[in-house]
Amino acid sequence: MNIARHSRLNTLAMHGALIVYTLIALFPVFVILINSFKSRRAIFREPLALPDAESFSMIGYQTVMKQGDFLLYFQNSLIVTVVSLFFVLLFGAMAAFALSEYRFRGNTLMGLYLALGIMIPIRIGTVAILDMMVATGLVNTLWALILVYTAQGLPLAVFILTEFMRQVSDDLKNAGRIDGLSEFTIFFRLVLPLVRPAMATVAVFNMIPIWNDLWFPLILAPAEATKTLTLGSQVFIGQFVTDWNAVLSALSLAILPVLVLYVIFSRQLIRGITSGAVK
Amino acid sequence: MTALTLTQICKSFGPVDVLKNIDLSVEEGEFVVFVGPSGCGKSTLLRVIAGLEDATSGEVRIGGQRVNTTPPAKRGIAMVFQSYALYPHLTVRGNMALALKQEGQSRATIDARIAEASRMLNLEPYLDRRPSELSGGQRQRVAIGRAIVRQPQLFLFDEPLSNLDAALRINTRLEIANLHRTLKGAMIYVTHDQTEAMTLADKIVVLRDGRVEQVGSPMDLYNNPANRFVAGFLGAPAMNFIDAATVGGPAGHSLGIRPEHLHIGADGPLSGQVTHVERLGGDTNVFVEAGTDQPLTIRLFGQHDIAIGSSIGLGYDPRQALLFDAEGQRRPH
Ligand SMILES: Nc1ncnc2c1ncn2[C@@H]1O[C@H](COP(=O)(O)OP(=O)(O)OP(=O)(O)O)[C@@H](O)[C@H]1O
Ligand SMILES: [Mg+2]
Repeated sequence: MNIARHSRLNTLAMHGALIVYTLIALFPVFVILINSFKSRRAIFREPLALPDAESFSMIGYQTVMKQGDFLLYFQNSLIVTVVSLFFVLLFGAMAAFALSEYRFRGNTLMGLYLALGIMIPIRIGTVAILDMMVATGLVNTLWALILVYTAQGLPLAVFILTEFMRQVSDDLKNAGRIDGLSEFTIFFRLVLPLVRPAMATVAVFNMIPIWNDLWFPLILAPAEATKTLTLGSQVFIGQFVTDWNAVLSALSLAILPVLVLYVIFSRQLIRGITSGAVK
Repeated sequence: MTALTLTQICKSFGPVDVLKNIDLSVEEGEFVVFVGPSGCGKSTLLRVIAGLEDATSGEVRIGGQRVNTTPPAKRGIAMVFQSYALYPHLTVRGNMALALKQEGQSRATIDARIAEASRMLNLEPYLDRRPSELSGGQRQRVAIGRAIVRQPQLFLFDEPLSNLDAALRINTRLEIANLHRTLKGAMIYVTHDQTEAMTLADKIVVLRDGRVEQVGSPMDLYNNPANRFVAGFLGAPAMNFIDAATVGGPAGHSLGIRPEHLHIGADGPLSGQVTHVERLGGDTNVFVEAGTDQPLTIRLFGQHDIAIGSSIGLGYDPRQALLFDAEGQRRPH
């Protein structure tokens, strides 16, 4: 950091504020984590205490592992999330490139039409979607979820990426054309790397809702073989009795993959350095 | 053989006509400079020649071939952009090699051409750096190198020096002039800068509102402008215009006199008050309020002590003055 531009006090205040915010944000996660390692009685007696020799218990994790095929749920969630994100980013970026780069009749209209999806929640169409899935025989497959989540994520992806792609220098794309690069190469090799921070933003925005969604897995793919983690965890939450050990353990486990994905994307977020491409 | 022929080129963006019936030819090895006010269509014309925009009507021929439907990469051109437009993820070497790889040249050819270009442009120490690790001047040289390695028939430059500082601009201008002597290709160069236009060009094309106003050698345009626009556009300080009637000329016409053609003398037909003096060391520019629309500018060679506010008389040689009619067209007198 530049010493000339930052006084000691400013730096301290800034870090203080950030640390406080971090603590507040991490507190619920912390509570979930410590309680997942405690016995049921300890959870209720002292929710904020760290697990000690007496209260330590792995009973939650054991229940989770015994109950159903948790590893499979995990795998399903991961497949659905990753594949959906991939399609959202791929198709979103391609549509955004076309909208930002090519002049054609109805360009603006098409952009507005695609952006409309941001305002209309896809759940309104649940019945129609279910009808279609039944008709195409996709009920109880992961593809049903992937298709729905891709459709759900595309509007925002197109909207954000179009704005970012407009800012990619025209000269750079034209230099590529003069050097004989195909439009595909220009898109994949020149433009995509420059909008990586925007792609990471879109990915992070889409990832959490998909990972946590209960609605569509419950309706479109409730079979044992296609259950997602969120749906699988519901067995522990009863109308009258809730197995808190198991719920907290399942939640703790569910954080892990999201954390890994987030770390991957956030590095891209930070790395989006384009200096030197254009003046 | 002509390197480039444009016939009746028109270009419209929707209802806006940007280029209107442009005819132009560029001979092999010629250095042609496009000048004109901002927004007159210089870049658009260059992009039509490059194939980055389609002409709405008209014909583009490069090296005798009609190229209206040829993609940019196959037109035998190379272009240097104002913003450098280097590929950020490739090294200097990679930037220069890319187009050759796309053409399917052999490894040996690519290496040889890069070696030659980097020697010409003093880029050898930087070949393995990325664009972000270069200074502005070095980046612009890489951009020029990327054009050179392709050995095009026609080089297109769109204001290549406008992002550089003054000293670097002069150096790079000399380099471009040298390159033009070394390389065989014709060059088309867009600029705002008068000095660049006058010093580099074999032929200057003055554009206004998407039309060609005049084409000619720099001195031709300077001495014999076809109309008032060209006369006022070329030359710095700009030409003085006075109402011809005030000096006994025909009514409605105006008289154009270059600042260096005015001299101070009590016997002159004009007189006024000095409002400002610019001392440049080699020259002195004197601004005089003489009752004309614009203050008159006089350019004197050497250093002169002229007090602001003093009254002076001005004279000129009538043979060096140019007469323009009410429409701005040149008239003999
Ligand atoms: N894609 C486009 N759509 C609509 N109008 C355009 C487009 N590109 C350029 N124009 C218009 O065409 C005119 C000429 O633009 P051009 O970029 O060729 O000007 P220029 O002579 O290069 O100006 P400058 O010296 O400022 O670079 C401008 O009025 C501009 O608004
Ligand atoms: Mg321009």
